[in-house]
Amino acid sequence: MAHAETTAASAETAQRVEYELQLYYWMKLIRAFEERVSRLHRQNKILGGVYSGAGQEAVVTGVCAPLQPGDFVAPLHRDLGVFLVRGVDPGRLMAQLMGKETGLSRGKDSFLHGGDLEHCVFGSTSMLGSSLPVAAGAALKFQIKKEPRVAVAFFGEGASSRGDVHEAMNFAGVRKLPVVFVCENNRYAYSTPLDKQMAIENVADRAPAYGFKGHVVSGNDLLAVVQLAEKVVRRVRAGGGPELIECKTYRYRGHSEHDAALYRDKEELLEWQSRDPIPRYEFYLEKKGHDMKRIREEIDERVRAVVQQAVEFAEQSPLPAPGEALEDLYAPAPLNPAGDGRA
Amino acid sequence: MEATYLAAINQALHEEMRRDENVIVMGEDVAELGGAFKVTDGLLAAYGEDRVIDTPISEALIVGAGVGAAILGMRPVVEMQFGDFISCAFDQIVNTAATLRYRHGGRAACPLVIRAPSGAGVHGALFHSQNPEAWFTRVPGLKVVAPATPYDAKGLLKSAIRDDNPVVYFEHKRLYRSVKEDLPDGEFTVPIGVAELRQTGRDLSIITYGGTLHQCLDAASIVSREDGLSIEVLDLRTLLPLDREAILATARKTGKVLIVHEDRLTGGIGGEVAAIIAEHAFDSLDGPIRRLAALDTHTAFSPPLEEFILPNVNKIVEAIRGLAAY
Repeated sequence: MAHAETTAASAETAQRVEYELQLYYWMKLIRAFEERVSRLHRQNKILGGVYSGAGQEAVVTGVCAPLQPGDFVAPLHRDLGVFLVRGVDPGRLMAQLMGKETGLSRGKDSFLHGGDLEHCVFGSTSMLGSSLPVAAGAALKFQIKKEPRVAVAFFGEGASSRGDVHEAMNFAGVRKLPVVFVCENNRYAYSTPLDKQMAIENVADRAPAYGFKGHVVSGNDLLAVVQLAEKVVRRVRAGGGPELIECKTYRYRGHSEHDAALYRDKEELLEWQSRDPIPRYEFYLEKKGHDMKRIREEIDERVRAVVQQAVEFAEQSPLPAPGEALEDLYAPAPLNPAGDGRA
Repeated sequence: MEATYLAAINQALHEEMRRDENVIVMGEDVAELGGAFKVTDGLLAAYGEDRVIDTPISEALIVGAGVGAAILGMRPVVEMQFGDFISCAFDQIVNTAATLRYRHGGRAACPLVIRAPSGAGVHGALFHSQNPEAWFTRVPGLKVVAPATPYDAKGLLKSAIRDDNPVVYFEHKRLYRSVKEDLPDGEFTVPIGVAELRQTGRDLSIITYGGTLHQCLDAASIVSREDGLSIEVLDLRTLLPLDREAILATARKTGKVLIVHEDRLTGGIGGEVAAIIAEHAFDSLDGPIRRLAALDTHTAFSPPLEEFILPNVNKIVEAIRGLAAY
């Protein structure tokens, strides 16, 4: 009996170890993918707006890790990592950024506006915060149908100034909807610093005003994010009502690749880079006894291959034919009476 | 059985909610109160609070949440308590809902109906009289309907609910209790995108929709009686997509077209209808395409002002006579 328990416990530990390494892989993949995207943008192979999430990888990784495949996620414009962690094909994602036929939106929209509902990832618009009501509606569906699923809505502290965010949180509070609001507070709304955006310290402080819990966590500490997200997602899934997680973090690059971010103090950037989520997590893994030199080499190799394959797939994919601009506007009639929401 | 325009909408909601458990109704005061106009009366008792949902005063949330539920397979019918308030949800309609399928590469559907009680002539003043349909008829990805009769109100709402695209459904407040009609007992729908000839004629075509249809029919019977004119009346019913064939057919038949709507003249649907005719039926015209619409001002409150601004039967009669004499 004692032996069986020990075996079960060690099996669970092994599973946890694997999970923790998977988190590391995701952060590394996101970082490498986005670095490649920035480079491709400089080479004019990716056009239009590119919004790097470099520096914020621990937020999307830590929040998405405890989610189930049926959970609905509405990422913000900087959350390319959400797509990767949710299992969206990296090749199709890269093709999306290049405006290719094989991309998520088949060339219709740029960057992350092309969602992938098969992986329950919603493509947000550029009207920041407007996906929070949508996430509330997804959560409403889960509540009505008594499905044990949660909706997760990412937004920046910048978007938190918009009315949609208030309306969504208020409604979620009133209905006790299974939605997790995740604020990525990276201190700047484009060029506008925190003190010109809000008169209080934390976005999370607003949560009690809507009747639910708000949490503040270091968004650069993967372990802290994932531990908090696991608890919050469990409670929300169990019907405890919405909660808000505010992750304090920092974006390394400008608002977009076109923005040199000269409005920021260089010291500030260096200070935040010294708290980079990746070495911080490596330090944790090392302390747990992992051979980080070997793991780093292995994962770097895997990541390089995935990114390279994605780039090759995207580059080899055709551009859409001009006439396709008129496709995908309307779902065909007659309707889909089964109503699974997909064409 | 005879039903008012309002009762017809209510029947459509009841029948569709009974038919499909994924249909939900959401909006301000739609549940307990049964709606500010009683359009959603009885739904809460019949289908319960999970499916008939009172919301806070949050139009953007109402539409946005409708989108979220719709893309996961629900068929929400959301209400803007007054069509005027739809401006508060404008972004969610034209950006979130209308682009959804396009930006998801055709791999998403948004079966959402946005009901908007609109229209003037009820002393509603600036913010309870608007006809905001033309803000939406140039947004690809949306469908826009504006029924004028109880039959169409019921049939078009049922079609809208079963459609996999976002449909903005404008119902005219003045018609709620002023228009009655015998409705068939059995199931029927009215297709979106198909106009209806309300009466055939030889001398002149009126193209209209919504609140002004009945005024146009009254005016047509006056000029028939007093002037011996034979007027054709086309009810557009759907404003996006327009039934171009029906528009061109009536223009070619009579050669004279008067377009009437209660929405303002400038930028109204009449301009688009006129352009379609001018482009494709120019050779058939025997006179200029004329438009009669609300004056280019806000819908003022005081009765002489409102009367001055809006189309009415007398103004339509005059316009018909003017064009017929051309």
